[in-house]
Amino acid sequence: MKKYRDLSKYARTNLKAYGLVIIAFAILFPLQSAGMLSNSLNGQLIPICVYIVLAISLNLTVGISGELSLGHAGFMSVGAFSGVIAAASLQDAVSFEPLRLVFVIITGGIFAGIAGLLIGIPVLRLRGDYLAIVTLAFGEIIKNIINCLYVGIDGSGLHFSVKNTSSLGMSGGRIILNGPQGAVGITKIASFTAGFVLILFTLFIVINLIYSRSGRAITAIRDNRIAAESVGISITKYKLTAFITSAALAGMAGALYAMNFSTIAAKKFDFNTSILILVFVVLGGMGNILGSIIATTVLYILPEMLREIGDYRMLIYAIVLILVMLLTNSSRAKQMAVSLETKIKNILRKNKNGSGEVTDNG
Amino acid sequence: MDKMVPYPSGAIVPERDLDKKPILETHHLGIDFGGLTAVDEFSLTVGRTEICGLIGPNGAGKTTVFNMLTNVYQPTRGTILLDGKPTAGKTTAQVNRMGIARTFQNIRLFSNMSVLDNVKVGLHNSIKEGFIPSVTHLFGYRKAEKTSTERALELLDFFSMADLAKVQAGSLPYGAQRRLEIVRALATNPGIILLDEPAAGMNPSETAELMENIRRIRDTFQISVMLIEHDMNLVMNICEGICVLDHGKIIAKGTPDEIKSNPAVIEAYLGKKKEAEDSAEG
Repeated sequence: MKKYRDLSKYARTNLKAYGLVIIAFAILFPLQSAGMLSNSLNGQLIPICVYIVLAISLNLTVGISGELSLGHAGFMSVGAFSGVIAAASLQDAVSFEPLRLVFVIITGGIFAGIAGLLIGIPVLRLRGDYLAIVTLAFGEIIKNIINCLYVGIDGSGLHFSVKNTSSLGMSGGRIILNGPQGAVGITKIASFTAGFVLILFTLFIVINLIYSRSGRAITAIRDNRIAAESVGISITKYKLTAFITSAALAGMAGALYAMNFSTIAAKKFDFNTSILILVFVVLGGMGNILGSIIATTVLYILPEMLREIGDYRMLIYAIVLILVMLLTNSSRAKQMAVSLETKIKNILRKNKNGSGEVTDNG
Repeated sequence: MDKMVPYPSGAIVPERDLDKKPILETHHLGIDFGGLTAVDEFSLTVGRTEICGLIGPNGAGKTTVFNMLTNVYQPTRGTILLDGKPTAGKTTAQVNRMGIARTFQNIRLFSNMSVLDNVKVGLHNSIKEGFIPSVTHLFGYRKAEKTSTERALELLDFFSMADLAKVQAGSLPYGAQRRLEIVRALATNPGIILLDEPAAGMNPSETAELMENIRRIRDTFQISVMLIEHDMNLVMNICEGICVLDHGKIIAKGTPDEIKSNPAVIEAYLGKKKEAEDSAEG
């Protein structure tokens, strides 16, 4: 009992997150294998997994570390394209697809992590709006670099160029990255199971990090930077820790995302994608991991479900966003939710006891 | 509380080298903000296990001195020797690791974290745990976490706060928040602790308890205490040495008795006799 108490905060808030993901998978996986899911939902499973991972990882930067980053899609794209190149290079060496996928995802994570380090060192000296602006610019820079990058592979290995395909100087072989057209001819090896495992991995890393010495240091810096410094915590080190972890996880998600399509272009990972992920995080609640998961799922599926009403789709989407923001921020709405909950509980209790006695908690 | 620990175990009170070398020395310390000289020619020596008071009228530059000692502000002139080593060019965090901890005039707790976690953040550099144990919760994570929880509880127990361990720090009553700040500072294992107006906003019985606690900290942890305070009763009772600051300059140094009868101090606090009469008439 005492042990449970010690763990209670950890357990209550976060085992719920694990539980939700596992239950969702346990329901959806058999349905998917049996071919009982609609085509549109089936196609959305992997992107949803990817966006959940992105939202959780961005929550680490925005919610836990308290730094507004608008370049998350940039890390996603670094992961995606390094993943694509890794997949092409390993095509013959590793024929077992799930294993190749693991290598691809790890490669994506490592390269995005390195990008996170390179960006983080100069950028984390800035605070607030300035940090947001620079990360935004970074996302655009990455997009433009990949837009003019040509990569090909042949018998002698990888070839890189920033001019055009003919300057790659290849003998035979094939093009992996074709400038503005993006990556072409990807073998689709992503699977729903891989997405599920990646979510669990992300949850494991992020939740463990929050409840550890490093996590305490990160939240301490967010809560009170001056006090954190005064107890000997190195600000740069822990901000970088959070930023790089977040970037690496985004890179992994990006790699999985790319493996779900046969072609993918850099313009997919633009400012709108960064904002989309930020919307998931903000509506799910800053620092709330479970909230990120739910918000991502709902807000990703919603526009697809509203497709039938055509032009009014984005209008409804916007109204939902505004309502959620208003309701979660108003104390009156919270009171109403609490009183509704007690009323329902009372009704349930009354039914259970079978007696007519009602206690008014309203 | 079911158990009382009159003195903490060896785990949280490390051995100290109590030779005659002073813990803190400043030589001709000064700082300018633009054209304004906030503090000038501040030279002071604080001995081992000494309780030293820094007093002066509002705006005299007392907190600025604390900010220079902890390198929140880089001094424009002069040197600071902490445990014989210069602190110039170090960051606030590095200076803390060299052995100086502080509390703040306006309380700066990690208010969204529990009381226990606040102290554990203070233990950050005493109990190491790398990134890999942090994200996996394996490879020595449990041991490090257990040690830091135990030490944090022991420290809290020393201030009779162990039963508040799980309370959110921001929801503590004011007096307890001030105490928690001291516990968190002590957790960093300093050689000298700087208290910025520890008795501000406290009632007489809380102040009496605080005086007792400051003495206990000094005796048990064998550290020096330097404090800024406006409560003269507290300062005169517990300080062995007092330094009076006015308009950024030291106007008197000495024992409480010497300070009480120093005409310069009386003038700084009450004004010249003529002026005092004038203002009484006005």
